[in-house]
Amino acid sequence: MFNFATLVPWMVFLPLIGMGINLVYGKRLGERNVGLIASAAVGIPFLIAVGLGMWLAQNNFAAALINPPILDGWISIPSAALEIPWQFRVDTLSVTMMLVITGVGFLIHVYSIGYMHGDARYPRFFVYLNLFVAFMLILVSANNFLMMFVGWEGVGLCSFLLIGFWFDRKKGEGWRNSNAARKAFIVNRVGDFGFMLAIFLTFWTFGTLDYSKPGEAALRAPDTTITDSVSGQITTSAVVVKPIPGVGVFGMAQQWLNEGGHKVRFGSWDVSFTVVLTLITLFMLLGVTGKSAQLPLMTWLPDAMAGPTPVSALIHAATMVTAGIYLITRSNVFFHGSPFTSGVVTLVGALTAAYAGFIAIGQWDIKKVLAYSTVSQLGFMVAAAGVGAYTVAFFHLVTHAFFKGLLFLSAGSVIHGVEHGNHAVSAHGDVGAHGSTHSTHDDHFTLDESTDVAAHGSTHGATNTPIAEEADHEAPFDAQDMRNMGGLRTKMPTTFWVYLIGTLALAGIFPFAGFWSKDDILAATFQAALGDGQIVAYLAFGLLLLAAFFTAFYMWRQIRLVFLGKPRTVAADHAVESAPVMLWPLIILAALAAVGGALNLPTAFESVLGGFKPEILSNWLAHSVTFVPEVSFNIVLAITALGVAVGAILIANYVYGRANPLTKKGDDPLMARTETRRIFELSNAKLFHDEIYDVTVVQPFIRASDTLAGPIDRGIIDRGFLGIGGLVRGIAYRLRGLQTGYVRTYTVTMLVGVLIVLFVILYPLLRQLAGGQ
Amino acid sequence: MKNDLLVTSVLFMPLVGMIALMLWPNARAAQFKWIALGTSIITFGLSLVLLATFDTRVAGLQHEHLYQWLAFGNFKISYYVAVDGLSIWLILLTTVIMPLAILFSLESIKTRVRLYYIFLMVIEFAMLGVFVAQDLFLFYIFWEISLVPMYFLIGIWGAENRVFAAVKFFIYTMVGSLLMLLAILWLGNHFGTFNVRDILAQVQAAAATTTSAYPSGTVEAALFLAFFLAFAIKVPIWPFHSWLPDAHVQAPTAGSVILAGVMLKLGTYGLIRFCIPLFPHAAVTFAPWIAILAVIGILYGAWVSYAQTDVKKLVAYSSISHLGFVVLGIFSLTSAGINGAVLQMVNHGISTGGLFLLVGMLYERRHTKAMDAFGGIWKVMPLFSALSLVIFLSSVGLPGLNGFVGEFTILLGTFGSPVLGGIFAAFATVGVILAAVYLLQLWNHIFMGNVKWQENLHLPPIRWNEYAALTVVVILALIIGLYPKPFFGAMDATNGSISAQAQRYIAEPPPPIAAVPAVPVAVVQEQEVTR
Amino acid sequence: MPTPGIPIEYFVVLSAVLFVMGVLGVLVRRNAIMIFMSVELMLNAANLALVAFSRQWGDVGGQLFVFFVMTVAAAEVAVGLALIVAIFKAKKSIDIDELISMQG
Repeated sequence: MFNFATLVPWMVFLPLIGMGINLVYGKRLGERNVGLIASAAVGIPFLIAVGLGMWLAQNNFAAALINPPILDGWISIPSAALEIPWQFRVDTLSVTMMLVITGVGFLIHVYSIGYMHGDARYPRFFVYLNLFVAFMLILVSANNFLMMFVGWEGVGLCSFLLIGFWFDRKKGEGWRNSNAARKAFIVNRVGDFGFMLAIFLTFWTFGTLDYSKPGEAALRAPDTTITDSVSGQITTSAVVVKPIPGVGVFGMAQQWLNEGGHKVRFGSWDVSFTVVLTLITLFMLLGVTGKSAQLPLMTWLPDAMAGPTPVSALIHAATMVTAGIYLITRSNVFFHGSPFTSGVVTLVGALTAAYAGFIAIGQWDIKKVLAYSTVSQLGFMVAAAGVGAYTVAFFHLVTHAFFKGLLFLSAGSVIHGVEHGNHAVSAHGDVGAHGSTHSTHDDHFTLDESTDVAAHGSTHGATNTPIAEEADHEAPFDAQDMRNMGGLRTKMPTTFWVYLIGTLALAGIFPFAGFWSKDDILAATFQAALGDGQIVAYLAFGLLLLAAFFTAFYMWRQIRLVFLGKPRTVAADHAVESAPVMLWPLIILAALAAVGGALNLPTAFESVLGGFKPEILSNWLAHSVTFVPEVSFNIVLAITALGVAVGAILIANYVYGRANPLTKKGDDPLMARTETRRIFELSNAKLFHDEIYDVTVVQPFIRASDTLAGPIDRGIIDRGFLGIGGLVRGIAYRLRGLQTGYVRTYTVTMLVGVLIVLFVILYPLLRQLAGGQ
Repeated sequence: MKNDLLVTSVLFMPLVGMIALMLWPNARAAQFKWIALGTSIITFGLSLVLLATFDTRVAGLQHEHLYQWLAFGNFKISYYVAVDGLSIWLILLTTVIMPLAILFSLESIKTRVRLYYIFLMVIEFAMLGVFVAQDLFLFYIFWEISLVPMYFLIGIWGAENRVFAAVKFFIYTMVGSLLMLLAILWLGNHFGTFNVRDILAQVQAAAATTTSAYPSGTVEAALFLAFFLAFAIKVPIWPFHSWLPDAHVQAPTAGSVILAGVMLKLGTYGLIRFCIPLFPHAAVTFAPWIAILAVIGILYGAWVSYAQTDVKKLVAYSSISHLGFVVLGIFSLTSAGINGAVLQMVNHGISTGGLFLLVGMLYERRHTKAMDAFGGIWKVMPLFSALSLVIFLSSVGLPGLNGFVGEFTILLGTFGSPVLGGIFAAFATVGVILAAVYLLQLWNHIFMGNVKWQENLHLPPIRWNEYAALTVVVILALIIGLYPKPFFGAMDATNGSISAQAQRYIAEPPPPIAAVPAVPVAVVQEQEVTR
Repeated sequence: MPTPGIPIEYFVVLSAVLFVMGVLGVLVRRNAIMIFMSVELMLNAANLALVAFSRQWGDVGGQLFVFFVMTVAAAEVAVGLALIVAIFKAKKSIDIDELISMQG
């Protein structure tokens, strides 16, 4: 009988096929076909994902492990008992992620058809997007950590390619994009370092990397009687162990946690199992901070906004950056088993949420605000996972995908509109527009200026003739700077309304999606603080509440600066609404952002809801997430949170409420008052995190690199070995004096030699003769 | 034992080509390159036959060919060639890299063409010889022969400072080899044979009776170090690396490809083939120290790479970093580590060979190796850049491409090694971060940004032979990355037994954790979803 | 086996005197021909000793050796004189103090 779950490899193959078609024929197909193929390559997997969800519902929600039709294995070393297959996993958790990725991804693909219109590398954009979707699906559908790691680094690669998509822009902008791309990749690699170590530890602790093994699901079913028929031969060698055959890492971990007192042998040390788990999870956390842009590795995400806006929506808001949350949720048994790490996770998440929320207040770039907002919201999710509310974190992940995807796409629509307006009036010159130069320290990973022509002249044989950039006296116009906007409500009505919905959802206003998910998170931390008395949970709760305040504030600031008031530039005045192909995805996402909360309504509302079930998502995820907390709805808390959000909006409305909110110098109104001035400056400077990293990491690295390459390598090491050669040469120079060239000298030397030899030979004889006499 | 001529025919095929090249009339000079290319492809075909008839289940030698060659006094030298799981992929690597190097050379070598291809043939012969020789003396002969053509390749067809680099290369590697020669002679005298199989039998027989085959531990250590020094210089292991940047920078592209692609592996191959099995006590004793050198090499090579402004030099230093991984894997003495190391040798040959190819292609067009002379190449040559990207990423170690599989298994083996451990793996993993740092630095400077020099706007297009070479590299990187199973499958029997042999000498092999029996599966029942 | 006639010491002394003369000749003369002749003198001194001892011990081995030496000397003369002629052609001199191109 046909098993629907066997279609899961096609979730990955289809985007790859779409990518292949566009890669080869992209230039000939024309924009429309390229976009359609790419969208279909994501749309069909969405249908498959829906089907998989229904299949799971029919099959008791039991996880299915599917091997792909090709590639019957991956890394397989029998003598090391190392067996890592390509294996897909269909369970409620992975299907949820698949639905988000392909669903939101499909909308973003459709949107991109309009957004990327006219770009010189149109097909390539969709090639990258499809590749990204394929890697992201590998990430979430893997059944072992290493295959997940393939997706994990693969999406990082796509992120790298897409951030640097406009690598050839003029006036150094292309170079800045390239460096942002590199920064993203390298910072992520730092996180991946942690993930890799976690994988090594996991392997040597459990002897496998599989989440669960085929057949194990049956073992876990309550009614199955366990026979020891599974206790087959254990393959062992001196160092490699396979502790429980036929059981995946999570099964083993939970069993050992239940037993307690288990020890793991590393070399000659016996380490307590909980300590090992703590190490594993801490290393995983490092990976999470990289991929999900948490402190201390969050610096790459704001820079990543250099990529095209659909990329920011898909990769840097809705899907890739949530991979860290997925990892924690997937490994909830591990994290639950190590309270210490959970505390660290909570703290990291809450700190990041407040930190990034604060920075978002002081940004001028419409996308940068959203980027810091994303970091902040990811902090919410991480904090929720830290207090053990994995499904709650996931709920916020899903709603965040809706409303942040929506906000980014709408921002793209705004940028598009304003750019359009700018082109329309470019003959006029513009009125007091803020150039892109204002956003300071964009190029922090820039290690040398590409435009530095004089320093590197011609190298031997080859000439370098610089290309003169065409003179451009026009002040650069930055279509992303909110100071150049204002009053767009009437110019772009649809965009305004969807943006407003997104804003209210993100700020957590009843009854939009964000209200429910954010309230769940606050309730979960509050519960952890009160119930378990964790100090970090108290701290986290406070920080998250603060972050919620910031969120509402910066979002309303954005609404006022962008859409309300009067247009501040001619470009904004001439802005036009985007094409329908871009607006329809926005409308769909806006609908989702509005009603997304229905996915996981609190149980307290059960009586009000009639037939509609509460906690759909939690119950659904409970089939694959082992630890699902009971988060009870707290009416006081909900009202407090709502009050904080509304209060923030009101304050923002007061501060930015005038027709032209900016000061006369074109600055933020917060700058006008001395008491708020410092705060705004700090926020605008991003709390100097790029500078701090530059001084503490980047510059020392470069200096050390130069020292190693110059004085140490060429100096000490190379000179050292050349010195040995020189020593031999020096001795030879001394010795060559002996070669006079005169036959006579040689003859005498020979004679002396002969005499010595004769003497040595005859010496015993002489002694005998002397003794004999 | 029945003599099997297959290995011998693979080995001597390049010599046939060499003789053909010598006899070919001068009037048909245009055909020299095709003879060389044809010969290398036929050799590749023969090596495919070797692979097809290779029995992956056998740990020992296969396709043996033994001929008593010379005997004087206590010294008996035989022509003894064979393959096993350790050498089979390295032979394949050699026979793949050579056609690529020749493909690249088709258009770029214009002077002394006949001599050039003769040297290439000799070099292939010598490298294949090193991989198949099972007699220490024969091995040494091939080892030294391989040096000579490379010396001339660098010295005749190299860049402006070629003679210095060639002499440095020759003397540096020669010094190490001479100590090894002494050790080989000592072994031949002590065991009464140069036949590796027979010597190994004696070493292992002694181990079975918990004695040593050597007069004392010091002697064993000295012999080990003599071999190790020769291999360490060839690899090169930090701090014996300073010949490498000079040699690479001055060598012609094909020379760099062969040097990085295959020649450096002669050293790492020797470590696995001779250092560990012949001197197991010493290998276990020195493993942590050598691993420290390897880890230093990984970090140092990466770090120094970053500071380079010369494209070729950057890639050369990256080799030091990459081969540090290989050495680390070898001296983890675990099966995963050694298997990973052998695969990583192949991977490094493919990736770094590819890097040198594409750097060579850029040099052909731009006549400079300075990083700053490029920029924005992606815009000018999109297809070339796309292929380059895959090669770069394979060198960075992106999962799904070949480099990752090797690095991962090496690090995994190191982490669980009874002689090394997590701390070594942790430091080595930092090298994975640094790989991204220096390679993306190179990538950004060559391919990204806007075009800033007018010369780069009018680069001659990439020719078919160059595309062919790059495509082969890319395809191999994908195959090994996505489906390394057969590669491990063919080498595992041999490498597993080498690892198992070596681990017997670890003073106290850790008792396997699997003392935990399979009984507690019953508890699984309790793992119901807790709500 | 003692033999009548001239005692062995005479031969030995003569041989030694001839040999020393040859050595001194090689050392002090600058003319290549003279050095050459001095070398011949040394060879013949050795020959004399060989023949003398051969007679003394009644062993023909010594005389056999002398033949070898004479053959080699003849070959040496042929090669050596050819060399000298060649050198003279090139340098217009056979003064060995001028042949110092091997100086270090």
